[in-house]
Amino acid sequence: MASSAQKQSYPAPGLDTFPKLLQHNARMFTNKDAMREKEFGIWQSWTWSQVADEVERFALGLQANGVKAGDSVLIVGGNRPRTYWTMCAVQSLGAVPVPTYHDSVAAEMQFVIEHSEARVIIAEDQEQVDKILDVKDRCPAVELVIYDDPRGMKGYDSEVIEIRDFVTVQAQGEALRAKQPNLYQELISQGKGDDISIILYTSGTTGKPKGVVLTYDNTLLTGYHGGLMEGLTENDEILAYLPVAWIGDHIFSYAQSYTIGFCVNCPESTETVAADMREIGPTYYFAPPRVFESLLTSVQIRMEDAAPFKRKMFKYFMQVAKSTGIKLLENKPVGIVDRIKYALGNALVYAPLKDALGMGRVRLAYTAGEAIGGEIFDFYRSLGINIKQLYGQTESSVFITVQPDGEVYPDTVGTPSPGVELKIADNGEVIYRSSGAFHSYFKNPEATADTKTADGWVHTGDAGFMTSNGHLRIIDRAKDVGTFNSGKMFAPKYIENKLKFFPHIQEAVTFGDGKDDCMAFINIDLGAVGNWAERNNIAYASYQELASHPEVNKMVAQSVSEVNESLLDDEMLAHSQISRFLILHKELDADDGELTRTKKVKRKLINERYKILIDALYDGKTQCFIETEVAFEDGRVGKITGDISIHDAKTFNPVAQAS
Amino acid sequence: MTEPLQKMEAASKLLELKNIDLSFGGVKAISNISFDVMEGEVRAIIGPNGAGKSSMLNVINGFYHPQQGEIWFDGKQRHSMKPYQIAYQGIARTFQNIALFKGMSVLDNIMTGRFTHMHKNMLWQALWKGPAEQEEIVNREFVEGIIDFLEIQAIRKTPVGRLPYGLQKRVELGRALAAQPKMLLLDEPMAGMNVEEKEDMCRFILDVNDTFGTTIVLIEHDMGVVMDIADRVVVLDYGRKIGDGTPDVVRNDQTVIDAYLGVSH
Repeated sequence: MASSAQKQSYPAPGLDTFPKLLQHNARMFTNKDAMREKEFGIWQSWTWSQVADEVERFALGLQANGVKAGDSVLIVGGNRPRTYWTMCAVQSLGAVPVPTYHDSVAAEMQFVIEHSEARVIIAEDQEQVDKILDVKDRCPAVELVIYDDPRGMKGYDSEVIEIRDFVTVQAQGEALRAKQPNLYQELISQGKGDDISIILYTSGTTGKPKGVVLTYDNTLLTGYHGGLMEGLTENDEILAYLPVAWIGDHIFSYAQSYTIGFCVNCPESTETVAADMREIGPTYYFAPPRVFESLLTSVQIRMEDAAPFKRKMFKYFMQVAKSTGIKLLENKPVGIVDRIKYALGNALVYAPLKDALGMGRVRLAYTAGEAIGGEIFDFYRSLGINIKQLYGQTESSVFITVQPDGEVYPDTVGTPSPGVELKIADNGEVIYRSSGAFHSYFKNPEATADTKTADGWVHTGDAGFMTSNGHLRIIDRAKDVGTFNSGKMFAPKYIENKLKFFPHIQEAVTFGDGKDDCMAFINIDLGAVGNWAERNNIAYASYQELASHPEVNKMVAQSVSEVNESLLDDEMLAHSQISRFLILHKELDADDGELTRTKKVKRKLINERYKILIDALYDGKTQCFIETEVAFEDGRVGKITGDISIHDAKTFNPVAQAS
Repeated sequence: MTEPLQKMEAASKLLELKNIDLSFGGVKAISNISFDVMEGEVRAIIGPNGAGKSSMLNVINGFYHPQQGEIWFDGKQRHSMKPYQIAYQGIARTFQNIALFKGMSVLDNIMTGRFTHMHKNMLWQALWKGPAEQEEIVNREFVEGIIDFLEIQAIRKTPVGRLPYGLQKRVELGRALAAQPKMLLLDEPMAGMNVEEKEDMCRFILDVNDTFGTTIVLIEHDMGVVMDIADRVVVLDYGRKIGDGTPDVVRNDQTVIDAYLGVSH
């Protein structure tokens, strides 16, 4: 890294790669749990020394199968111990792990297989192997597929690709170890801090995904120093439930676990995450705002259904929490009466609620990726959960800014992390230079040059500014910020976030760049609105039917006008009130390519696919017919058709308000 | 479709029915039907409504006693037996209309399938500590394996009555599997399911056959499903057998086509 930022220190001298750290941990924390997974209804655990052994045998097995330094090895799997062990095993050989999203469809996977030039793929189960075999004709480089779960794999045979069991490969490794006992140590001693440690493909809000190449110095140092700053220790616990191909999981559940030595817990299945989280009680937790939002929504729904006494108690004590909880969390002075009230509330409401959410032991929680509603943010903080926002991206190995303890505001993302230099470019874009700044985009020097300058400054693509107290505030994606015909600024995400803070609105897309007014598409939240429909005896058979119900439309119209009113507060944005809106007939879905896998809106695609609706909004029509193709989970394609009604929203006159 | 043929040559007959006659009073449900089931195969029984498919399953299961004919299971001729004795012999089944304990959890429902493997009497159960506890642990472990296999971990402790239909069907399959049967009888396992649930169920049936080597006899209306997963198919119509063979043979059989298209009798 040609960067002037001073080089940070490793956890101990010479521990510059994850395989070396693993050996170190196996000596330091020999019998401490490194990893747990719930299987067969019981938490199974592996100590650091057991993990080291598993990794060593698998690494040597890969060596026996011809994997060598510099190779890319694709990993397709969920949050399972073997997925993480594979990463370290691949790194032991000097090869590069390329984790990919296991819920991506075959075509998306094909791109990554081809682009990364992987010869060997480690797949979790039959489902993943099937996808690989589907696209094998277009990926001739693939020679070997190793699967973890043998279920349904009997009789799988392919002439072109070798298919092996994880355990068989480990046995090959064991045989090799018997012959050459020092081989593994020799292999890992060749690794260095500036070697490539991983390639992560970004979900790509525009165009094809890009492979972000990161070195050990990027992930290891950034993870380690980020963890030190927050005072993480080997006694912390984390639940690994987000995609392993996402930089966040790679840093929190892999880099930080290895550098600090805490235990990573893998849930039994994706459906059991909430229950597993309650059982484990993690102390360190990350979730995107969406998760915090939906948890809060489900709490609110359930309290609406609770007995009147409980509901009143909840409402009263949440009011108490709101006024004193955050002050207590930030060690600010609180009167004795308020303290007593809060303690009572803790016994009756907060502690049981936190326990039900699985957050009873959380010391540090992060959220990032999107803006979080102030109300949602305050809800968790008032319960005494230290949730903080951070700002980062794959290219920065997560950490760019973090909110320091005691300086947490809902509308900023905090101050620069250790080792990060930050500035705002002339066009308003946030740029940074840090030890975590990526090496390059894989096989894409043009994109690398566009994003990273010769002296190491990286363009984030986000527009933002520094507040007077030194915190960074992000407004929107720099390229999404547009202008109205009047020449005034249009920041779509800012408005969409305001809309999404309503529990009954799941997703929103606004339009206005190059137009006179701002218009909006809305997706209702099927959970929240469905529950409301149930309580009000409104029958519905599908999302589409519920979305077109007049009462639902009225409710959304109310929210839109509230957003419009709140936009008046900001002089810069008062002109971007939503003048007309419609509720979409289907949920925007990553399977249909409308959202990224991390649930971000793909604007360009939506602009093309729903042009007819956008035109209808601006033409002043009140009805519009649309036919959309949808992809089902098994890959088949169907059609949804419907008439969509378009509504005018109540707007407010800035001048009238002012006078 | 060379695979099923090879499978059949290697295997022996697990069940053989010879000249079965079953009537209820004056109504003849099954007349003179003979067919066999090879060890390890997936055998389908198909036919229009009222063809006698469920009666056939009930005969195999020992719920009905045929007036005529012989039943050979696992090399032995079967004489009049109670259904539970047949369960001990290694035959388990699911029902067309789900027959689970609605108020009990998924886990407890599947545990009931282990009753043929629990041998400690009430006294031991009441004392609990020691052998009964050991036995329960062994059985619970087995049941957890099934829960994992059927991917129903998330509903382990949910009362069955609260589950959607497709999942209840899966739980019922789990309970039947818990008995570790040699032969599994499935009465319309996909009835009332949507396409996705059907695909899941197909995969589970094939996986059961594949992983545990369980012989499967199933009744099914969905022809697509039957033709995809069965090794051999027997076709009934009005209590008589009108076809028997691999899916390809049956599909092209004129009598079978007539029966399905409804030629007058």
